[in-house]
Amino acid sequence: MKTVSSLLDEHWYERYKKISKLNIRSSIYDVTNRCNLRCKGCFFFSSGEHEAAVEENDIDRWHDFIEKEMARGVNLAILIGGEPTLCLDRIEAFYRRLPTFCATNGLIKVPRDRFPNMMVGLSLWGDAEDEKILRGRDTFKISSKNYEGDPYTYYLYTITPKQLGKTERNIKKIADVGLKVHMQLLSNDEGVDGFSWQPPELIDIRAEMDDMLDKYPQTVISSRYYHEIITTGRMLGRPFGWLECPSVTEPLDNRNPRPKRLTNFIRWASDLKTMHRCCTSETRDCSTCKDGAAHMSWVMVNKRGHIKTAKDLQNWIEVYEMFAKLYQFIPW
Amino acid sequence: MENDISKTILRVAGIIINELKLEDVTPETFEPDLDLVDEVGVDSMDLATVALVLRDEYGIRIDEDDYPKLTTVRIIAEYINNKLSNDD
Repeated sequence: MKTVSSLLDEHWYERYKKISKLNIRSSIYDVTNRCNLRCKGCFFFSSGEHEAAVEENDIDRWHDFIEKEMARGVNLAILIGGEPTLCLDRIEAFYRRLPTFCATNGLIKVPRDRFPNMMVGLSLWGDAEDEKILRGRDTFKISSKNYEGDPYTYYLYTITPKQLGKTERNIKKIADVGLKVHMQLLSNDEGVDGFSWQPPELIDIRAEMDDMLDKYPQTVISSRYYHEIITTGRMLGRPFGWLECPSVTEPLDNRNPRPKRLTNFIRWASDLKTMHRCCTSETRDCSTCKDGAAHMSWVMVNKRGHIKTAKDLQNWIEVYEMFAKLYQFIPW
Repeated sequence: MENDISKTILRVAGIIINELKLEDVTPETFEPDLDLVDEVGVDSMDLATVALVLRDEYGIRIDEDDYPKLTTVRIIAEYINNKLSNDD
């Protein structure tokens, strides 16, 4: 029987031991239905999720809700929106109790005196030209000023097909302002013309992502295996999709047989009662979903499937490390 | 007692091998003190699957809160035997 220690040398086994007991239990929270941007391709607004529930405005109810979430075993709160920074009191309710990650467009600076070490992920959809087309303005100009040199902030760079051949320009800009970057791919929920991935483009972007990781290892938080999975949509010979996705809200998960999945995962709407189907839009075609966190989690929950060869297990370790770094469970 | 625990260890190992479709191992060669989580990659979903079979086999309920403690075949076997003797 293949075991972890039979496949790994001392160096890899040490790395494995640092992550093997982390037992991360995340859930996702829509902090608000409001946003200060209207991005073309944003799943939240394009699928009408901003109208799925009336947001809870009583902060005491948020405090009570988070206590219940902790009792449910959640040990990582991932805050999304709308734009969470429009409701700092709600963010604070999570941050006081739990390891918390806040996804934001970066137009509003999270006050560091109030949230000294909260992990912040800044959304970026390309260079200034693409940002203007998709988001109406060049957010990097503002977010990079707000967060320059912040050790608890990284860019979540959603690469579009238009960025082929141009990613280095963005990675370099991010490195120059002293921040890290994690890459994922646009799913193009609104079908914006020219922003849907074609198979040859996915081959090219995988090579480009690998190249960025090699050239900017201090800036890019990623792994080659993650690039492979997210661009091919395949892992261990299986295709990503509804039957495989690990990030389905557990009480709504009626799949039979159940695939390997995130334990107790729920994505909550901002009324604190409604549950969304999964970590992204219910209207998205799962077979073409490019959600980075879902693909990372897909690898992570399939640990036993990677205890086959040393390379498979090393790939699994690298993806788990990447996730743990992005959510501050281990240092950069 | 020694005989009881050996028998339970073999049965638990057999169930784990069968349910998780582990290759190149038999109940007799399964190292009972091997860490199932760290070394074999068993997760809470796997444990839930195994717990259902153990429930049917031994008529005991394994509390989900106990899963983190059940890290080896030997510990699971001892847990089962304790439950059975407490029921007597």
